[in-house]
Amino acid sequence: MIRRVGISLTLIIIAVMFFASALLMHPFGAPPSIMDDYIIENSQQETGTNNVVSAVVFDYRGYDTLGEATVLFLAATAVIMLFRSRKGEVAEK
Amino acid sequence: MTSKIVRTTAQFVTPAVLLYGLYLIIHGHVSSGGGFQGGAVFASSAALLVVAFGSERVSSLLQEHRLVAISCSGALMFIGLAFAGMGTTFFFNLFAGSPLFGNVPAYGPNPEDIWTGGTVPLMNIAVALNVVAGLSAIVLAMALATVKRGDDK
Repeated sequence: MIRRVGISLTLIIIAVMFFASALLMHPFGAPPSIMDDYIIENSQQETGTNNVVSAVVFDYRGYDTLGEATVLFLAATAVIMLFRSRKGEVAEK
Repeated sequence: MTSKIVRTTAQFVTPAVLLYGLYLIIHGHVSSGGGFQGGAVFASSAALLVVAFGSERVSSLLQEHRLVAISCSGALMFIGLAFAGMGTTFFFNLFAGSPLFGNVPAYGPNPEDIWTGGTVPLMNIAVALNVVAGLSAIVLAMALATVKRGDDK
């Protein structure tokens, strides 16, 4: 009983959230912030990069790229540490 | 060891894959692409070679400690370039306007000017070194660990 009440309450909350987001959606074609216009207009003067995506990835949001590179480096290190075969060590079958 | 068709096809396809990956890396600040994408394409040739020729033969060509050294140098180069702009802020584009990759393009599309970007192409190359060596080392280490002894010849 209490489980059913919990499930239906969760579904009702999710439905209300979906309806609210559908009603409050901003009109198509109007950007929600001025940041994208700023980047499109100024990235070529500020970073000298023709590719705006590269300018965002490596300059405006460099921290994000640093985190991605760190994640990949850690993954590679962990895989090598787990799977390495030392010299002279017979692999177990 | 796989059949002769697979080996010959891999021999023909691998240079094209390497060239495309290199193009994505070093042209990434002008057209679409970049260090991550080009590095993944470049490293997929290592997976192709492992599938076609077996991991032991590839691992004599690409040794693990060298791959780890390349990956570390790429990561260090990236962080060094990020710290190089520390006079202003972290990740400040130091080389925009300087002789090294320093052309500042006019507003609008101008794809013919590739000597642009400041630190962005250098960071592309650094991230690509990191990604290429890391992914190749992952593929190679897992392929070497799962090989059956005596079954590879």
